[in-house]
Amino acid sequence: MNRREETAAVTAGTSGKGLWLAFEALLLLAAVSMTVGKYAGPAEIFRALRAAISGEAGDPVLSTVLWNVRLPRVIGAILIGAALAAAGATYQGLFRNPLVSPDILGVSGGASLGAVIGIFLSLPVLVIQAMSFAGGLLAVAAVYAIGVAIRGRDPALTLVLAGLAIGALVGAGISLIKILADPYDQLPAITYWLLGSLTAVTRLDVVSILPALCAGLVPLVLLRWRMNLMTLGDEEAQTLGIDTRLTRAALIGGATLVTAAAVSVSGVIGWIGLVIPHIARMLVGPDFRRLLPASMISGGAYLLVVDMLARSIALIEVPLGILTAAVGAPFFLWLLASGRRAWQ
Amino acid sequence: MTLDIRNLTFGYRGRQVGTNISLSLETGEVLALLGPNGAGKTTFFKTILGLLPVRTGNVLLDAKPLSTWPRRERARRIAYVPQAHAALFPFTALDVVLMGRAPHLQPFSSPGARDRDIALSALRGLGMAHIAERPYTEISGGERQIVLIARALAQEPTILIMDEPTANLDYGNQMRVLSHIRALAASGLSVVLSTHNPDHAFLVADRVALLHASTIAAIGPPDDVLTPAALNQLYNIDVVIGSIEGSPARLCAPRLAAPTPEKGTRYGP
Repeated sequence: MNRREETAAVTAGTSGKGLWLAFEALLLLAAVSMTVGKYAGPAEIFRALRAAISGEAGDPVLSTVLWNVRLPRVIGAILIGAALAAAGATYQGLFRNPLVSPDILGVSGGASLGAVIGIFLSLPVLVIQAMSFAGGLLAVAAVYAIGVAIRGRDPALTLVLAGLAIGALVGAGISLIKILADPYDQLPAITYWLLGSLTAVTRLDVVSILPALCAGLVPLVLLRWRMNLMTLGDEEAQTLGIDTRLTRAALIGGATLVTAAAVSVSGVIGWIGLVIPHIARMLVGPDFRRLLPASMISGGAYLLVVDMLARSIALIEVPLGILTAAVGAPFFLWLLASGRRAWQ
Repeated sequence: MTLDIRNLTFGYRGRQVGTNISLSLETGEVLALLGPNGAGKTTFFKTILGLLPVRTGNVLLDAKPLSTWPRRERARRIAYVPQAHAALFPFTALDVVLMGRAPHLQPFSSPGARDRDIALSALRGLGMAHIAERPYTEISGGERQIVLIARALAQEPTILIMDEPTANLDYGNQMRVLSHIRALAASGLSVVLSTHNPDHAFLVADRVALLHASTIAAIGPPDDVLTPAALNQLYNIDVVIGSIEGSPARLCAPRLAAPTPEKGTRYGP
């Protein structure tokens, strides 16, 4: 082994260790996040925890806040942040474009339309979530079907353009329903949903999106090295023996599934899927085998922090979409200015 | 015989680019393809790489039609060296070379220590081991071209298809790439390359094929095929061809004719 190879091995080793450290930091952050909120601060939380461990009856309200409100919210933030960042990292590589976010193929648009129709029809929350999930999948399926039908052009570009068209179409549908909606009751609910929030996340929500999240991650994890080859573009990847159509379909399917699951409970939380993969790439490089876990940990941590801010900086809960952009954009610009290169 | 092309018609749906192409590639030979812009060199390459379907005729790889080869098997036989391009992501040079191991790996697996050794020795063989850990986005165009050759070699192919391997390189890098091509052919690889420079064909090619008016106008040893008349027909340029003392290969020198401007065109003030 020469010196350079040794350096490479050491780099790989530290990066694996670095990911573990980051994961531990995320857990610590989650613990801190449990103690932040209006109703109960750190002292009350520790009291409730001690009560839970010793088995004695504590304050029942406190225990409800801890286990049924805050814990699902913290876990939800991590899962949803990780899902959006994983999908963003996948799409940016797949479409070879730094401006791509998880909603590039219309998943957020479709999910929004589903949810907005549900709110408009005053359906139960669970049904609204199911409609949102189905809407996201349907929109991407439509985009993909169009992409397959239009042949003879760069398939990735065709998909992006079809996504743009379908996105505009569902956007028109959402606007229409906003005009028709009851301005005192439904319209605020719709607006709130479109800006994203974790306020109402319950344990059932977390459990119900887990299967879709896990299933969506399977292709991303299995194809983590092949994902690198997809960034070369279709023709080059094909000369390297990759079945690009199948690989792209599997990766899009996985990324869509995790995004639709996340959006169905939290509403549209923009910016994470766009910016977190860039940050992760600056930290660990472009190799998807490291980029995927790094994006997921950073995305989870980022949404956790933003959600802590959302429930503590103002008297009302600030919608997450506003905060992710307000916190993320300056941070991203600072990273850009600091000169770390992750994109050519 | 490795690649046998018989009566090939290639092109896109509704647009035929080349017809009546027949040639066979010998083991260890360098075949240079010359033709004006738009003659269909790239389309031809895409067809023999299996990226475009054969319209009519046959492309046989080891006597079996190309389309019957599974994609992975094909990638272990034919490797493609694209023009040195700007990559989007700062993969290390070694990571890029490792991608050449894809056709040898199972669909869900990642390259292992053995693949790393193969990739490194491909870089080493081309004298580029020292850039293994440098980001591909930060190395020079010449280094990128050699990294892409190393990636193709990591596929352990028998045929290399190179799309204008000397384009966009400075003079020194052009010659270094050409000498690598000679060395690769000497080691038993068959190389098909396209070039716009007749001198490069004289330097490396065992045979030259001229692609003109959608078919092969001539094919044979460079000294027979690359004549002033042929080059005039191809490019509409007058050239003289000869040798100078100390150079084993012939040289082609163009003679610039005064342009014939269209009416109303003016040069200068």
